[in-house]
Amino acid sequence: MQQDHPMTRWERFKDNDIVWSFLHSPGAIVAAAITSIAILACLFAPLIAPFDPFDPSQISLWDGKLPPAWIEGGQPQYLLGTDNQGRDMLSTILYGGRLSILVGLAAVCLGMVLGVTLGVISGYVGGVTDAVIMRIADVQLTIPGILLAILINGIGRAFLPLELRQEFAIYVVIFAIGLTDWPQFARVARGATMVEANKEYVQAARIIGLPGWRIMLRHILPNTLRPVLVIATIGLALAIIAEATLSFLGQGIPPTTPSLGTLIRVGNEYLFSGLWWITFFPAIALVVLVFAVNLLGDWMRDALNPKLR
Amino acid sequence: MLFFILKRLSQSILVMAIVSAVSFSLFNFVGDPVNNMVGQDATREQRVEIRQQLGLDDPVLTQYTRFLGNMLQGDFGLSYRIKRPVDELIFERLPATLELVFVSAIIALLVGITMGVYTGIRRKSWASRAILSISLVGVSLPTFIIGIALIYIFAVHLRWLPSSGRSGTVDLGWWKTSLLTVDGWRAIILPAITLSLFQLTLILRLVRAEMLEVMQTDFIKFARARGLSERAINFRHALRNTLVPVITIIGINIGGLIAFSVITETVFQWPGTGLMFIQAVDFVDVPIMAAYLVFVALLFVLINLVVDILYFVVDPRIRLGD
Amino acid sequence: MTDLLKIDGLDVEFPTRRGTVKAARGVSLTVSPGEVLGLVGESGAGKSTIGNAIIDLLEAPGRVSAGSILFEGEELRGRNEAEMRRIRGDRIGMIFQDPQTSLNPLMTVGAQLVETIEKTNDLSATKAEERAIELLEQVGITEAKARLQAYPHQFSGGMRQRVVIALALAGDPDLIIADEPTTALDVSIQAQILDLIKQLCRQRELGVIIVTHDIGVIANIADRVAVMYRGEVVETGDVAQILGAPEHEYTKSLIAAVPRADRKLDRFSSVDYIEGGTKPFQRIDIQTHWLGKSLHDRRSGAAIEVENLGLSFVLQKSVLKRNRKMLQAVDDVTFTVAEGETFGLVGESGSGKSTVARLIAGLYRPDAGNIRVIGQDVVSSPRSAAAREARRALQMIFQDPYSSLNSRMRVLDIVAEPIRFYKLTSSEAETRKIVGDLLDHVGLGAKAALRYPHEFSGGQRQRISIARALASRPRILICDEPTSALDVSVQATILNLLKDLQQELGLTMLFISHDLPVVRQMCDRIAVMRHGRICEVSETETLFSAPEHEYSRHLLDLMPRMDLLGSARA
Repeated sequence: MQQDHPMTRWERFKDNDIVWSFLHSPGAIVAAAITSIAILACLFAPLIAPFDPFDPSQISLWDGKLPPAWIEGGQPQYLLGTDNQGRDMLSTILYGGRLSILVGLAAVCLGMVLGVTLGVISGYVGGVTDAVIMRIADVQLTIPGILLAILINGIGRAFLPLELRQEFAIYVVIFAIGLTDWPQFARVARGATMVEANKEYVQAARIIGLPGWRIMLRHILPNTLRPVLVIATIGLALAIIAEATLSFLGQGIPPTTPSLGTLIRVGNEYLFSGLWWITFFPAIALVVLVFAVNLLGDWMRDALNPKLR
Repeated sequence: MLFFILKRLSQSILVMAIVSAVSFSLFNFVGDPVNNMVGQDATREQRVEIRQQLGLDDPVLTQYTRFLGNMLQGDFGLSYRIKRPVDELIFERLPATLELVFVSAIIALLVGITMGVYTGIRRKSWASRAILSISLVGVSLPTFIIGIALIYIFAVHLRWLPSSGRSGTVDLGWWKTSLLTVDGWRAIILPAITLSLFQLTLILRLVRAEMLEVMQTDFIKFARARGLSERAINFRHALRNTLVPVITIIGINIGGLIAFSVITETVFQWPGTGLMFIQAVDFVDVPIMAAYLVFVALLFVLINLVVDILYFVVDPRIRLGD
Repeated sequence: MTDLLKIDGLDVEFPTRRGTVKAARGVSLTVSPGEVLGLVGESGAGKSTIGNAIIDLLEAPGRVSAGSILFEGEELRGRNEAEMRRIRGDRIGMIFQDPQTSLNPLMTVGAQLVETIEKTNDLSATKAEERAIELLEQVGITEAKARLQAYPHQFSGGMRQRVVIALALAGDPDLIIADEPTTALDVSIQAQILDLIKQLCRQRELGVIIVTHDIGVIANIADRVAVMYRGEVVETGDVAQILGAPEHEYTKSLIAAVPRADRKLDRFSSVDYIEGGTKPFQRIDIQTHWLGKSLHDRRSGAAIEVENLGLSFVLQKSVLKRNRKMLQAVDDVTFTVAEGETFGLVGESGSGKSTVARLIAGLYRPDAGNIRVIGQDVVSSPRSAAAREARRALQMIFQDPYSSLNSRMRVLDIVAEPIRFYKLTSSEAETRKIVGDLLDHVGLGAKAALRYPHEFSGGQRQRISIARALASRPRILICDEPTSALDVSVQATILNLLKDLQQELGLTMLFISHDLPVVRQMCDRIAVMRHGRICEVSETETLFSAPEHEYSRHLLDLMPRMDLLGSARA
């Protein structure tokens, strides 16, 4: 590897083992494609969706409970049929998916920022600070996330006055999931930090006389990001599931602005009367989305673990 | 060794202390307990009387001590909604939840570990790849969707099994079990599969990952160099070393089963503590929420203690000290 | 004598995404019964690959692509797994480098022995146990019967390696392949293990292949030597001939690079054969250059003064003080390093020598005692401006070239960090100019600045570390085993660079090493440490000719027998 010229950024990028592994792993490419299409489709839902499910003028109860277009009784403008209120399923799924992804991303970001900050500080500073932070994380980890999310969510809602509950439901959900997520990030970041902090380049930085915050920010943080990224990807899948679960239990996003979980909850009530599409399509959308993110995370974990390659 | 146990024990006590403090503050800060007891239209005098009865004017610390004392006797007061003692309600519904979790745990552990070991040993085989791909789908399936799908297929479409409820129970006096009749088994099988599937895939993937990790170690290479048989290497050397991390995760997973029983019970209308909890959250029925929290934390603490004891059995480095 | 093992024209390849790497090319070797063959070479020479290829345990995706391996007249290539399994352990035994990880931590030593004996000998359980006890006694483990019930973690490193050897002998093999069997062990234990292997070889008429990078090991144990370089055997011969009168150019430069224990030389012999790419040391005018600016306020006197220094670590926590297990890592250490002097700290692992270095560098806080750097107390008020200023005059070079550089930063940013942080220059352009000069100065060339650490070899990385240390314009350089992770030929060039820099910049150096010959070449005075205490402090030549302390004599006795080397270099 001793060329006369340093490699350009692009050459270095292509030469990177992880990029190489990505380009040679069909599963990862498919997963990345599905994830990006899903995310783009949902983010641009207002542009793509044939209807606006929140616009009452576009909804007519007469069109309610229509099956998908290819089944007898279906209408061509409603590709995936309509729900009980006459909303176009495809449009509601796009809008619902948008909400699910946004909530998931926001919750993971919250958990990640909180967890990584605390984890890096905990691992670098050590001593009492470390003990306190990690004990709290340990205690929280004894209680499974979804239960805690239900509880935090329940308490959060109880604090809000009735009239604000619907409006703030989405923030309460983000807060609840993000707050249950952080110990995972903290643990991983702390572990990685402790490994890095013992490495000699950090000792060299200390001997140069750099202050702690600068060492943590410039030296340790960039070197802990790999494992954090893996956790964040898997965490995104889990956060989307958690949001869907909360909404399904009726504890999350209200039916006025439904997420995928809310749609499944609503549809479930019509399952026995044979209106399977109201549940089926949102459920498929949710599973495909989560599966793609998981596939990505799975590949990433293998690619970033040099031992298994 | 004594130090190890003491450390774990003190950690457990810490967990319980924090959880009890949280559930105590639930009582005090979530909603107005007096309103919850007597309703919106009680007179001022009634309210004052109730406040005094409940000791709400005492210093917070006194209240907390009293709460702890009551808690230790299993007394969490009356449910706001059903107006019955909470401990009674919980014990009524406990068998349903524990049986569900028990059956699910057996399924998840048996199938998960077997498949994990298989895919770890036969890394390259066709079946391993298939199992692994399916398991990734399994991790991506939210519990409630599995439940809905199973209900739709086996209850609505094929009509083989009941879609909800817990039938065919036998009352043993202190325990109502559904494991003694065919009807009971028919009722429990769908919820149990639903609940176990997610944890099953997690265990499978973890056991496999640990097997692969152990296979890379020097002592496996040395065992190979001594010409030991494939079976001895896989089971005597690799699997046993896999157990230590797997035990930890199994502890967490059983905790996960208890947590997700809330969802499964809701989907299948299974009359357990989880369903009761979700209904309590809906109505901000604080005594039930608080009691459930303490009860679940206690279960987790017990599971973690068992896990620690298992460490002792499995790993001589902990048992005999370094 | 018939050959026990005869390898002829062996090729081993590893297909990778950047093309096929040939780890071994046309390797031919023979081993006779009762003979120790040393297979020596530097990292990446392919020596371990040969050992793994013989018993068909190459790491995936490696494979033997040509040649033959005849063992007792039978071809080993192309055997199926079941046949190979009967050969492994039964007829060819293997010993690996690290005894800490070679044994299954969850099985008793006895169970692992019995399992191996049963597999190879078809004995009953009680017979197998008797045999296990016998084996343990043979490898020098006392109270063998009781030790059968013990787990690996209850043995010390040396004892564990003895257990590993017993396991390798369990099938009564005719050939033993030992892959760096003593590299992970301390010098004193190293000698015992080598003696044991040699003795077993003679008693049982075993053929032994010792794979090692250490010329000292070869000198101590080998009868014949094969020298490997980049996948090829460049020279084979009798040990006296290889060490005393090498023929191949590579062997010559390899032997020349081995530090001499017998007398002090001015510089290490240059080894152009190996690191041809490195540019020669570039002289700069220190009087006018930026790097020389710190020279002007030089005083003569003590650079480092250490008084009654003490530090203990908690090994096992406990609430009760009396139950706590403490390790006195540094115990009442006192010494002074004069300005411009090179002071050596030697000792085995766990002697506390690195801890002392880290205490002086301010990475640990001492429990007791005092440290003065250039006259400034840096212990009592470590955060004061004066203490920080003094500490900045002190920089450190670390042992592991792979972890001592932040892999996410360009070389430019790594070297420039102290310059930028302390604003030692007036402009970014000047900073870049100086980083370029520094990289030139340590023999890497200014172009290296825009690359990332992973593009460099171990020796080159160590040069980057040196450039980074110089960027703070230090007056004191602490070198903590700076070359012990490097190949011997690279070691010579790095040590020469350090010597040059010291002369030119008038640096004070604290040199920490376990390697006595290296210390003899580098240091003016030496302190010998053991169990956290200093045994003696002497002038280098005094220590090597007339050591005062018993432990110093013991260490000197353990130095590899290098008398064979003498004739080659005299």
